[in-house]
Amino acid sequence: MCLGIPGEVMSRRTQDGLGFATVRFGSIEREVCLECLPDVKVGDFVLVHVGFAISRLDEEEARRTLAALAELGLDRAELGLDPAPSVAEKEDAA
Amino acid sequence: MRHLDEYRDRALAQALAEQIRRTVTRPWVLMEVCGGQTHSIVRYGIDRLLPEGVALVHGPGCPVCVTPLELIDRAHAIASRPEVIFTSFGDMLRVPGTRGDLLGLKASGADVRIVYSPLDAVKLARAHPERKVVFFAVGFETTAPANAMAVKLAKQQGLTNFSLLVSHVLVPPSIASILQSANNRVQGFLGPGHVCAVVGFREYEALAARYQVPIAITGFEPVDLLHGVLAVVKMLEAGRAEVENVYARVVSRDGNRSARALLSEVFDVVDRQWRGVGHIPKSGYRLSYEYRAFDAERLFEVGDIAAEESKDCISGQILRGLKRPVDCPMFGKGCTPQRPLGATMVSSEGACAAYFQYGRGLEEPPRPGREAGGAR
Amino acid sequence: MSSDAPGLLGAACPVPITETDQVLMGHGSGGKLSAQLVETLLLPAFRNPALAALDDAAQVSVGGTTVAMTTDSFVVTPLFFPGGDIGELAVNGTVNDLAVSGARPLFLSLALILEEGFALAELRRVIESIQRAAAEAGVQVVTGDTKVVNRGKGDKLFINTTGIGQPIPGVSLSSANVRPGDQILVSGTIGDHGVAILSTREGLSFSGGELRSDTAPLATLVEAMLAATPGIHAMRDPTRGGVAATVVEIAARQRLGIEIDEAALPINDAVRGACEMLGLDPLLVANEGKLVAFVPRAECDRALAAMRAHPLGRHAARIGEVVAEHPGRVVMQTLIGGRRFVDLPFAEPLPRIC
Repeated sequence: MCLGIPGEVMSRRTQDGLGFATVRFGSIEREVCLECLPDVKVGDFVLVHVGFAISRLDEEEARRTLAALAELGLDRAELGLDPAPSVAEKEDAA
Repeated sequence: MRHLDEYRDRALAQALAEQIRRTVTRPWVLMEVCGGQTHSIVRYGIDRLLPEGVALVHGPGCPVCVTPLELIDRAHAIASRPEVIFTSFGDMLRVPGTRGDLLGLKASGADVRIVYSPLDAVKLARAHPERKVVFFAVGFETTAPANAMAVKLAKQQGLTNFSLLVSHVLVPPSIASILQSANNRVQGFLGPGHVCAVVGFREYEALAARYQVPIAITGFEPVDLLHGVLAVVKMLEAGRAEVENVYARVVSRDGNRSARALLSEVFDVVDRQWRGVGHIPKSGYRLSYEYRAFDAERLFEVGDIAAEESKDCISGQILRGLKRPVDCPMFGKGCTPQRPLGATMVSSEGACAAYFQYGRGLEEPPRPGREAGGAR
Repeated sequence: MSSDAPGLLGAACPVPITETDQVLMGHGSGGKLSAQLVETLLLPAFRNPALAALDDAAQVSVGGTTVAMTTDSFVVTPLFFPGGDIGELAVNGTVNDLAVSGARPLFLSLALILEEGFALAELRRVIESIQRAAAEAGVQVVTGDTKVVNRGKGDKLFINTTGIGQPIPGVSLSSANVRPGDQILVSGTIGDHGVAILSTREGLSFSGGELRSDTAPLATLVEAMLAATPGIHAMRDPTRGGVAATVVEIAARQRLGIEIDEAALPINDAVRGACEMLGLDPLLVANEGKLVAFVPRAECDRALAAMRAHPLGRHAARIGEVVAEHPGRVVMQTLIGGRRFVDLPFAEPLPRIC
């Protein structure tokens, strides 16, 4: 019961006494309630669940995790994969 | 999309799967606790990438599934009243009670509406002062702060026509219940990342220590899930029973302080009945004394409701990781998402429904070969 | 294709789904409930060879001349949505069913069911839109009907259109022609229409991005493709139930296996974002201006080039192939190289929070 999607905070405002942000997912935006995450700033990524930001994405931790995974020490050839790459380069091509 | 695409990377996923293969020296049984994780595992075919010895069993992680039949019947009784606008997340609408589901009730004229956020239900109450708006507040710790905020806002705004039908359940007591069971076979857990985003993972450290079981706090994307499996398998092979947080970009040890403060203001911890599992002490929420005026169970007298579960259903064993959907003789035959017999088939997050949706069980999709065949 | 070919339900679902005692929204969703209604109620009642083919349009003989005929009803809320309106949909939906069956759309009927109290100004807007769409698609509206129902007994406006077309000489497009080895092409991004409609619903309030219905007449694209590669085996327009419903239906009815490559699916950023947020799978979401083509392997590149040279096929992509293995089943190779089955949704997918 826990679908949570990361999006980027584009702007903040107050309405009915509650903090809200416009958050961008891909190329669309949605209003998100900030009451559980009052200190986020424009440019932060937040995890959104049922219209509420519940966690601020920690960029440093994300980098650390991906770096650790990259060091698993297996290259593409060893995995029997094409040298062609996945998401990032595919997006560049699009 | 940033913080999403990186964790659906084919090369990373394959590298993790290979690393898991190289780490494993004997069979292990792991449980993913959250239904969202079950859904991802089946949707991406992650379990088919794991070595044969590593079994993923699916946990009790779907609050929609474990909502007792009695409470669903109560929801129907409330939703049937002419003055009520009954609101719920889409997930809940197809869950059948004794007499059909909420969508069927809607077809017969009841005012049942899907909302995407509980705040939308509060808006409805403000816009329709002549009606009574009831929100079916279902969920784990992840969803609880949003539902708490809705009722807090309704109170601040002095709304008297808004209430919650609360069916909130908590994850750690259900894990403890599984581990206490005499015939438990789960040896390690993928912890529910988004639950922990809210409440942190101190309680999981206590579970790991008390029951000597390794837990990896894990996200929902394929790379996250494989990373969690690798972490648990490494701990198992080394004989360690700790909590490792492989979802550190989202989860911290203490979770979200504002959200936790909100939860303790609005809810009290109580015993709850879990569909398919039974009574678990201190495993759920009800509205606190201060918010009792918003409790739909107090506001709507619908009489005694007793519902009987099917005797053929083995969802209790599935939710505890003792059986898999395919072990059930009724799976896909007497029991389908349209005519579910019990908890694990009623919502798309349930293990049986996820297997059914992705055509698993009666036959298995081919395992990917080295060249991964097919359309490439 | 004979009428005793294996049914969709028999293959896509382990057991016949039990009856419900009333009509549910899911019966109109293009999912398993829709299939159930067709197979258990409609086909047995009207069994005949033209119907049994179950292509998007029927081929019938009138005084020795073959004509293609199809019909479609349009119920959409709201009537006007980003990228189109019900009028444009009512023309394009029907001419597309003819076009993908290899027929040149010629004539349309137009039946309007109006709710008492519906604003005439809005009706005028819809009619003008039908006029424009018919002109663009090169069809004439040659007969029609208007009925009014009491306030509260309808939702503003329902439209039915029936289309008649002339089969293009020498062309045979039918799912019965599909063979192992055929490449599966889609003419552009998927899920645009369904997500655009969903985005207008109360409470969702998305903004920004390109959330627009893709409604468009496909006849010129079909003709360009057929001119380049007359050997195309079949085309379908993946409307309700999305691309998934189209490929699952063909796999089940023709007893063929289908492999889909998730990484190859063209999906625009806005649709992707909305689907992530709502827990929806774009493969199951409706399109109104796209086609799926089954092309012999040797002609695949030529067909793709012809599609990409046409304004409606710019983002065309090869998304999979037909195989002899796992007959009746669609298998997707997922983004990470895992494998899973693709199945019809049970009913219209609901946004989920899990």
